[in-house]
Amino acid sequence: MTSRQAKTLDMAHPLIPVPTPETQPYWDGCNQGILRINRCNACNDAYFPPAPICPHCSSTDVKFFDASGEATLYSYTIQQKPPDLWGTQGPRSVALVKLLEGPMLTSSIINCEQTPETLRLDMPLQATFTSFGETTVLCFEPTEEQQ
Amino acid sequence: MIPPGATAIVGAAESTEIGTVPDVSSAGLAIDAAANAMRDAGITAADIDGFTCGYFPVADMSRQLGIFPSWADNTVVGGCSWMFQLRNAIAAIHAGYCSTVLIVYGESGKSTRRLGQSGDAGQRGGIGQQFDMLHGGGQAAATFTLPVLRYQHEYGLSDEDLAAGAVSQRAWAVDVPRATLREPTSVDEVLDSPMVAWPIRRAMCCLVSDAGGALIVTSADRAADYPKPPVYVLGTGGALEGGPMSPAGVREPLRPEFIRTSGEAAFASSGITHSDVDHLMIYDAFIHTPIFGLEGLGFVDYGEGGHFIAEGHTAPGGKLPMNTSGGGLSYAHTGAYGMLCMLESIRQVRGEAANQVPDVDVALCHGWGGYWSACATLVFGANAP
Ligand SMILES: [Zn+2]
Repeated sequence: MTSRQAKTLDMAHPLIPVPTPETQPYWDGCNQGILRINRCNACNDAYFPPAPICPHCSSTDVKFFDASGEATLYSYTIQQKPPDLWGTQGPRSVALVKLLEGPMLTSSIINCEQTPETLRLDMPLQATFTSFGETTVLCFEPTEEQQ
Repeated sequence: MIPPGATAIVGAAESTEIGTVPDVSSAGLAIDAAANAMRDAGITAADIDGFTCGYFPVADMSRQLGIFPSWADNTVVGGCSWMFQLRNAIAAIHAGYCSTVLIVYGESGKSTRRLGQSGDAGQRGGIGQQFDMLHGGGQAAATFTLPVLRYQHEYGLSDEDLAAGAVSQRAWAVDVPRATLREPTSVDEVLDSPMVAWPIRRAMCCLVSDAGGALIVTSADRAADYPKPPVYVLGTGGALEGGPMSPAGVREPLRPEFIRTSGEAAFASSGITHSDVDHLMIYDAFIHTPIFGLEGLGFVDYGEGGHFIAEGHTAPGGKLPMNTSGGGLSYAHTGAYGMLCMLESIRQVRGEAANQVPDVDVALCHGWGGYWSACATLVFGANAP
């Protein structure tokens, strides 16, 4: 274990994601502002969360690739009392986001008003990133045309 | 396939007190419930050779109870863990690994004296912790509920009709002495309760309680030796799909395959049809889960569950009595409600429930776990076929 991992394990807030060696390329991508997910070389399935095996065909011949970052808003809630970590007093969204490449993931819609009027189901989104100390986390925002 | 009615519940009990029990730990609630269940069955630890407990290290709890089992399980899939464990116990009894299994649960969810308790879906480095937990902050009300808005949008379920489920469950709880919330409520009152995670309001969320529960299961041919009438297990189902911190892994959130898989297995193994079901429990962690349960289990078509509840069919006087204890919303909900959910089904089959439905021959109980990553379906009967 590297000293950095040891520090993370010992000291991080429990909500701060702790990468594993298997998911590290994803987190490295986040640090570079790139949404990097897996694709299976055997069946071409794109999948998330990162894992060294394809959940569709069980092949271990898989790779990370740079996803488009394009997505749509499948569903969401607006959390009234967010955890302190987010540094906001106001309500904030928790969302199910469907990537253009297929997978659904849990995320947050940021850089827009956190209201039902602004957050419309099926609205186009693009990947964006936000940092918590040394950890960079994938979020989404309305596409530029809407901003 | 294990024949319907091959095993039976011969002991069943909750902890002596439920709701707010500040001076008892999670382990203490489990032990109290275990003692009550053994008393209910008229047996002692010496009569038990199979053991499972879920939220505690299994040897820790079995040692305290003086049980030295030849078979043990400790499947943890969240709130329906004890339902999975019952299913596993039935298989173990049928396989001859043991004859009499005690299933124990306790959780100091409200008073948070979680001493002796183990199990954590949000453990560091887990998939849920890495990819889901930060966004929802670990708040189930903001994350478990994510499919609700999509459901309302796709099927035109109004906030008023969504809220009706809390009203009908409270109508049941009014007559349940052990229920936490017993004042009648209304759609307006539910919609006026504080917003927690739009569109989810506080009255749409389960309670946070302290409680324990325990079951004793044995083969049907031994069941006549016990003081209470046996509650036969007619069939079971179970399935996993999503992830423990978010429904993001459920492939079709409005038509979840894991619910169908579990329900179909329970109906097939019990040989019953929907019209045989006299009494229904569907674990209500939040107001929407009975809707998704009714649909996934095939009681109604997709998109009809919310309206079915709003029309009063599951309320007192309705054709399909559901969550008659008041459920997680009004009776009690510790954090993991599966055991309490089963115990109401069992009370109904025994004829011991506070809100006793007349002549319950078949009771179906469906529960969830790990947000929306697991579910189990059990069919209980007063008679073996
Ligand atoms: Zn593949």
